Amino acid sequence: MTRKALLGGVSAAVFAVAAAGVGLADIRTGDSLVINGEIQIVTEAEPPAHLEGALSTLYSGWVFRTDETRAMQADDFDNPGMLYVEQGIDAFNTVMGSEGNSCASCHENPESLANVRPSYPQWDEAHGTVQTVEMQVQECQTERMGMEQPYGYDSQQMRNMVALIASVARGQTVDVAIDGPAAEAWELGREIYYTQYGQMELSCAQCHEQNYGNLIRADHLSQGQINGFPTYRLKNANIVSVHNRFRGCIRDTRGEPFSVGSPEFVALELYVASRGNGLTVEGPAVRN
Amino acid sequence: MKRQMLLAAGLAVAATSLQADIIAPGDVVMSEYGEVMESLTGVPGDALRGREIMVSRGQGNCLACHAVTALEDQPWHGEVGPSLDGVATRWEEPALRGLLVNADAVFPDSIMPAFYKVSGFIRPGDGFTTNPAPADLQPILAAQEIEDVIAYLMTLTDY
Ligand code: HEC
Ligand code: HEC
Repeated sequence: MTRKALLGGVSAAVFAVAAAGVGLADIRTGDSLVINGEIQIVTEAEPPAHLEGALSTLYSGWVFRTDETRAMQADDFDNPGMLYVEQGIDAFNTVMGSEGNSCASCHENPESLANVRPSYPQWDEAHGTVQTVEMQVQECQTERMGMEQPYGYDSQQMRNMVALIASVARGQTVDVAIDGPAAEAWELGREIYYTQYGQMELSCAQCHEQNYGNLIRADHLSQGQINGFPTYRLKNANIVSVHNRFRGCIRDTRGEPFSVGSPEFVALELYVASRGNGLTVEGPAVRN
Repeated sequence: MKRQMLLAAGLAVAATSLQADIIAPGDVVMSEYGEVMESLTGVPGDALRGREIMVSRGQGNCLACHAVTALEDQPWHGEVGPSLDGVATRWEEPALRGLLVNADAVFPDSIMPAFYKVSGFIRPGDGFTTNPAPADLQPILAAQEIEDVIAYLMTLTDY
């Protein structure tokens, strides 16, 4: 009996090796995305050295989506996420707070912020912490515009603004710094990435590093890259933030997620962003 | 005949749920090979119920990761784990019970969840609510549900 069980164990283990791991068989690699016929998006790239071989190629989440979903992202008229970008433009030019400033008072136009998305999260010397784009927006609102109540971290207004800041950076290479003062947060983010959370004891890596390309029920697992955020999710009919996505993924492990905007999620965002160093900014991307 | 046996098993479940002879998650004895010899309830599993549990997203959701040809009427079978076709020829009942209770004993760090375990988690939640787990966190599957799933798996003899 034991012998048979043991043998069963051996054959199953062999089986598992064959079945587990990356399943790119039914994923179409090698296609390229050009937005509006002019913005070149890098959807497959060499992994950064700090990944130490954990991924053989970086793939944008776009690669894992259906033809229809892919096509929506290729033209701004078809991308529902661009409606939120337009709302972001309006807000950008609107005076808010007691100082009589709009974003445009200090940043001539959104395009002048094209270097932001590719390099955030980023160490902020004055505050002594790693900042996300959302935190930077809140900083401007409270410290330079005299707003008592800045946009909520995951509010619609914030997502619109962050979508605008991403959209002007589309096609630029993601390159977040992970050394120097950011190193500590990066290490924390990496630890979180490999921790098995929740009653189902699942880590980010188990789904997005070991199983990208495989179907988990009806979803094709991607590498969980964040270069396309905020993404327009067809399921939500709205744009969703990075932290909201992290929250959903930990919830799905029957876990208790960290809070949106928490130091843990900021650290995780820095780490996950760094796993995409080499891909290009795509936000607002379209996902199912 | 088969139908009648299943019915009898169903009645037996109703009867025993009042008794306290269910082995609690913390009391399960596992062999060094990850087998659990003793039934968790002493009541034979109901393969039909097991099938339901495997398919249901809120319960076993086994199809999230596994394909099963016999369940082809169900949409969307996952590719994360191996196909379960012929699984009854590869494993005996105690080994299947052990895999369901806690697959980590056989496959260290397995992505497959432990279905009959209530402690040792990091940030466990209250189901899919995002709230922290209650003090009396229940296993993902109840004891009899584990036995039912095993009964169904034992029918998977074909490749
Ligand atoms: C149980 C499996 C599972 C786990 C564990 C998991 N995810 Fe996901 N994740 C998914 C699925 C399914 C999707 C939707 C399909 C896709 O884009 O991969 C997804 C999507 C994402 C996306 C969106 C990618 C895009 O291009 O739109 C990000 C980012 C992400 N996950 C990050 C994470 C992080 C970080 C963790 C850990 C905190 C994590 N995930 C844990 C299953 C998981
Ligand atoms: C999140 C993914 C996941 C879920 C959910 C899952 N499994 Fe698995 N299962 C696996 C993986 C992966 C393996 C292969 C062993 C390994 O690599 O850990 C496996 C192995 C097995 C095996 C032994 C493999 C063989 O064919 O010889 C059985 C039996 C099994 N699972 C049954 C189930 C049942 C029944 C359920 C639901 C009650 C279930 N699994 C849910 C991922 C999963």
